[in-house]
Amino acid sequence: MLLGKKVGMTQIYDELGKLVPVTVIQAGPCVVMQVKTAETDGYNAVQLGFDDVKPGRRKHPQIGHAKKADTTPKKFIKEMRLAGAAEQQYEVGNSVTVSVFAEEEFVDVVGTSKGKGFAGVMKRHGFGGFPASHGTERKHRAPGSISSFASNAGHGGGPKRGKKMAGHMGNCRVTTKNHKLVDIDEEKNLLVVKGSVPGPAGGYCIVRSAKKA
Amino acid sequence: MKTEILDAVESKSLKKDIPYFEIGDIVDVRCRIREGDKERTQIFTGTVIARKGRGINENFTVRRIVNNEGVERIFPLHSPNVLDVRAIRSGKTRRAKLYYLRKRTGKAVRLAQRHSTHTVSK
Repeated sequence: MLLGKKVGMTQIYDELGKLVPVTVIQAGPCVVMQVKTAETDGYNAVQLGFDDVKPGRRKHPQIGHAKKADTTPKKFIKEMRLAGAAEQQYEVGNSVTVSVFAEEEFVDVVGTSKGKGFAGVMKRHGFGGFPASHGTERKHRAPGSISSFASNAGHGGGPKRGKKMAGHMGNCRVTTKNHKLVDIDEEKNLLVVKGSVPGPAGGYCIVRSAKKA
Repeated sequence: MKTEILDAVESKSLKKDIPYFEIGDIVDVRCRIREGDKERTQIFTGTVIARKGRGINENFTVRRIVNNEGVERIFPLHSPNVLDVRAIRSGKTRRAKLYYLRKRTGKAVRLAQRHSTHTVSK
């Protein structure tokens, strides 16, 4: 796992001469802030930090936590669970770079999607809406009926729980899976993955080796 | 900063030596065509009427008349499938985009030869 920042999208040519859409992620170097073990914390995990911030902009607990790893406080800190004995490869204060993906072919990217505000059902859930004409009035983008008294959807009327309706859309955690890893730039700490990843350019994201469906 | 990084990533796909040609030139474009697993080269000859885009998105439009029918092809300048662009005759133009040629037929399509500084390869 590696923490990073989405730089933006561009295109490159592959070896067949096809234009491939790619996203560039500035990933790492991440600092190992803390290593949690089953004895001390009840589970095995490693905590990574990315993106320096001036110590004056964080409170003393954060500064002290970073000091244990002999580093400055970080803007983006995430934890990764480890399966038992694998923890030896992580040591507090060490840095993790894009080279961890050197042998990976596919990665998953976790990000926070762009907020869309209060969105209607057509945008939020892909509903079909109503015809533009043929007598339709004031109902072009409406959700339609949400339940009836006698339907078995609710109990004695009322919409079923989980009924798709209008509401807040976006600005939530989204994972996109199985991005082909097109290029790794160890010098500039860049990952180039095929396709689009969640979030705006400049948004933080987590890159991990693909779990593979 | 952002565009610098993106440009650096793009630059690996950019061609180093792009042949020199200008708007209005008549060019031979050699392009690679893949049919199944066979490869062959096709030459498209015509007038360069536009060049647009930047970086990896830069492309140019070549127009020619085939059987009294105007045919335009847009080539990505940096595509590996565009093997070579060779200017065979220069044309005198006062515009960057020669879309007015689309309305012309017959002899009016021709552009006067320019006595330009760039050399046209044989």
